[in-house]
Amino acid sequence: MKFLDEYRDAEASRRLAAAIKATLHHPWTIMEVCGGQTHTIVKSGLEDLLPAEIRLVHGPGCPVCVTPIELIDTAIAISRRPEVIFTSFGDMLRVPGSSRSLLDAKAQGADIRIVYSPLDAVKLARENPERQVVFFAVGFETTAPPNAMAVWQAARLGLENFSVLVAHVLVPPAMEAILASPACQVRAFLAPGHVCTVEGFEDYEPLAQRYRVPIVVTGFEPVDLLEGVLMAVMQLEAGRHEVENQYCRAVQRSGNRQAREAVNEVFEIGERVWRGIGEIPRSGLRLREAYRRFDAVNRFAAEVTAAPEPAECISGLVLRGIRKPVECAEFGARCTPEHPLGAPMVSSEGACAAYYLYRRQRREPAHAR
Amino acid sequence: MPVDFTLQCPVPLPSDERIVLAHGGGGRLTQRLIETIFLPAFGNPALHERHDGAALNVNGQRLAFSTDSYVVRPLIFPGGTIGDLAVNGTVNDLAMCGARPLYLSAAFILEEGLPMETLRAVVESMRLAAERAGVTLVTGDTKVVDKGKGDGIFITTSGIGAVEHTFTGPVGIQPGDAVIVSGPLGDHGITILSVREGLEFDAPLASDTRPLWEPVDRMFRAGIDVHCLRDLTRGGLSSALNELAQTRGISIQIDESRIPVREAVRGACEFLGLDPLYVANEGKFVVFVPAGQADGVLELLPEAALIGSTGPSFDPVVTMRSRIGGTRVVDVLSGEQLPRIC
Repeated sequence: MKFLDEYRDAEASRRLAAAIKATLHHPWTIMEVCGGQTHTIVKSGLEDLLPAEIRLVHGPGCPVCVTPIELIDTAIAISRRPEVIFTSFGDMLRVPGSSRSLLDAKAQGADIRIVYSPLDAVKLARENPERQVVFFAVGFETTAPPNAMAVWQAARLGLENFSVLVAHVLVPPAMEAILASPACQVRAFLAPGHVCTVEGFEDYEPLAQRYRVPIVVTGFEPVDLLEGVLMAVMQLEAGRHEVENQYCRAVQRSGNRQAREAVNEVFEIGERVWRGIGEIPRSGLRLREAYRRFDAVNRFAAEVTAAPEPAECISGLVLRGIRKPVECAEFGARCTPEHPLGAPMVSSEGACAAYYLYRRQRREPAHAR
Repeated sequence: MPVDFTLQCPVPLPSDERIVLAHGGGGRLTQRLIETIFLPAFGNPALHERHDGAALNVNGQRLAFSTDSYVVRPLIFPGGTIGDLAVNGTVNDLAMCGARPLYLSAAFILEEGLPMETLRAVVESMRLAAERAGVTLVTGDTKVVDKGKGDGIFITTSGIGAVEHTFTGPVGIQPGDAVIVSGPLGDHGITILSVREGLEFDAPLASDTRPLWEPVDRMFRAGIDVHCLRDLTRGGLSSALNELAQTRGISIQIDESRIPVREAVRGACEFLGLDPLYVANEGKFVVFVPAGQADGVLELLPEAALIGSTGPSFDPVVTMRSRIGGTRVVDVLSGEQLPRIC
């Protein structure tokens, strides 16, 4: 398949792995920021090809994982209202709130529907004028443009029965929070390619300078990731700290102008609590005043009250790259995809789920029989 | 467009108090349902085999018996109808027992308001499928439920076959066996999903629903020493391999680059974020044979592919060598990938 097979090519992968080995003189810890990248790494067994001196740690780039527990509780409360059709991307349904998930609410009768695009939620609102359609606007910069478009369209159509529960987060402030932490071991970043298709990578340049870390905008296929690692290692070994673009087939330095304008029209930057990490200043998006009538929290006068996380879950350490999922005592024991203690075990982009699915520690080999 | 399926990521068990869609998905929750509700109630040696069909001794005659229910939307799709699935599904369960399918029953639950034309089309497809599979539909039943209480048509078929080839099944799998799939994976699941979601791809997709007795019979008659057979339905290849690895207590290694998947199905899977290893099939099986007989099987089954081998470890884990040469675990589906497609 064109544009995929060449980026999963065994020969190209071997060549890149050999180049990394030849370039490498020191051990380095590199963080891939995006959960999609984590999944490719684990699913393709990419670490089997890397020299042992490269330690890949997995970043916070899983929107489902970082959506605060109290917002999930709010979503459930709204979804249970009889007039509401609650719409969401599939992943959010599985995430446990403080006592249950949206999927539980669905099994108990709430009208919760999975959509592929927020514009489908707008369409639902037009088709069901007697119902209130709410869309759970979750995600990083990548999903912000379509979500902005949905709100903009609802405003243009004068839809009174459409609203969004906003949980948008931004990548650069999260990277800065990780770098500013004294526990930080990350020496280079593979920045999330899809986020950068929208926002470009100018925002990463001050980070690279201030913290003296190489940042390589990287794609999502095995060859992309190996090339990203190679570019990062070349910088590290040479003592450089620049922003480079591996994913040049999709990303331009200034991003996608129209998409940025759409986001800017509807959203403004605000504070945001990250599940497992805490509040990060200027790390989220909220609706601008002109569009605030589409805010589901206001419309339903919903309360957002802080809720505690299960104490055993170390997702905060996992999301900041300080621990790997298998370094958690509960991993695969009390915490499994069927009974997750924390969000990274739930989402398809969560690091713990990726490890559980593809890299589970093998059981002790049984004796030959 | 709103859809009522979820992607392949794991679904947490919301509670053990209510049935969720994933209980019917063929994955871990289905297994748990069988283990906690059905086996304790009905447990007996035949049932404990946990096969899709049961092989029974009746007056010295070896018979295979199987039943299956069919719920699918849409009722008519490229490559078949719910009627084709209802005939072929049960016929194939019998074939996997080494049994020539002979007789079927069919019970219909019809929803008030169903167009007679739809029922006619489904029944006609069943007639043709039964003819093709060489079975006779000998008894049946019809019930009608209120509008809104059904999904057009639900069909349950049961089948009886005469066991013509005996083989050991999962316990017969030996270290070093060749693992072969009978053809490209994922056609049925992706076809249903594409029709449901209104997705169109350059290459047309069609369900692979078909009877499997003939190719199975061909292998046995050619003298292939079949160690184990399993048809790939809900839960796809990964569920079948994991189940067999567990039952036998043996490791299975497969090679991603050898797994046959049509270009259009691969494209759709990439687009939708699905893994073809978990997508449903309705006319494919996996067969375990001694390594030396693999070429023989590939000659007999033109679409088949050798995808891996068993052992040497007795650790019941399925692993896959990725295209780039890394290794990963292939786990059983933990939630639902595509509910209600078969």
